[in-house]
Amino acid sequence: MLNALTLLVALQLVGEVIAQAADLPIPGPVIGLLLLLAGLMLRERMGRPAPGAELKATATGLLSTLGLLFVPAGVGVMTQLEVLARNWLAIAVSLVLSTFAGLLVAGWVMQRLASPEDE
Amino acid sequence: MHSLFHLWVYLETTPLLGLAATLIVYRGAFEVHRIMRGNALANPTLIAILALVALLEATGTPYPAYFQGAQYVHFLLGPATVALAVPMHANMRRIRRSAHAILPALAAGSLTAAVSAMLLARWLGAPRDVVLSLGPKSVTTPIAMGVAQQIGGQPSLAAVFVLMTGLLASVLVTPAMRAVRVSDRRAQGLAAGTAGHGIATARMLLMSETAGAFGGLAIGLNGILTAIVVPLLAGLLAGG
Repeated sequence: MLNALTLLVALQLVGEVIAQAADLPIPGPVIGLLLLLAGLMLRERMGRPAPGAELKATATGLLSTLGLLFVPAGVGVMTQLEVLARNWLAIAVSLVLSTFAGLLVAGWVMQRLASPEDE
Repeated sequence: MHSLFHLWVYLETTPLLGLAATLIVYRGAFEVHRIMRGNALANPTLIAILALVALLEATGTPYPAYFQGAQYVHFLLGPATVALAVPMHANMRRIRRSAHAILPALAAGSLTAAVSAMLLARWLGAPRDVVLSLGPKSVTTPIAMGVAQQIGGQPSLAAVFVLMTGLLASVLVTPAMRAVRVSDRRAQGLAAGTAGHGIATARMLLMSETAGAFGGLAIGLNGILTAIVVPLLAGLLAGG
């Protein structure tokens, strides 16, 4: 767990440094994600287990609590209640229609293009 | 009574209270979710947020004081985002095999959701920071908050929009798929993950493991796509 957690935090740090240094609009943790993905693909190519048992256990554990991790930021809505109240109609219409449209388009295009043997 | 008051005053100055409240309330919300299983609206994250907001309002605790403790939970979002690479890698063979379908579907769905969200809100008169906070609403919270911050939106608004979008997508996914006669489990999962990130994907996972796997890879891929594309679109669509 210690090694895996260190690896995850270190990759986040490297991602943050790259984002700042290269002035990229991509959040640092996303760059860390891409680096870890590249590392896992490299390990697999070298014939080693990817991910290792420790990383797999730590990642699974961390991701199983994802719902909890959103809570502190979500509670921040209490500082935005006025903005939400003033723009509730625009926000509600935007959220409902755009979510429905996104679902429709993604599902429809995928079904059209995916061949049956892809399964 | 007197010493109880002193205890409260002491605890209020430590981060322990905010941290403990977050964990205990979420644990309780998870129990409610378990009892009301099958109901997409009994989302433990939503229940916990509503309960904590009520608690803070009732005790007159300002958000920054609460966040002093809650930040330890919040911080783990960064490593958790990096950890998303592990399930993505597990799906790599699947992604490669149907990349010709996944990538266009993902790009089309992702752009449709982000562009329509920002344009609709703008046309209906929402201010610029609200419009910008809507851009990354379809992706997982840590990425959405990072993107919102970078483009001049409000991270906390983005977090709420992400949550609402996920809940809406879990309710709307079945009628939407029926409307365009999409019966392919892979397409349903991909749509849920693209438009409704982890919350809608968790819902699909209850129905089919294949849908869950495709939802999972859509979460990761859309997070990356959105982090690259939305900052470029934002300036164009948000207006002055």
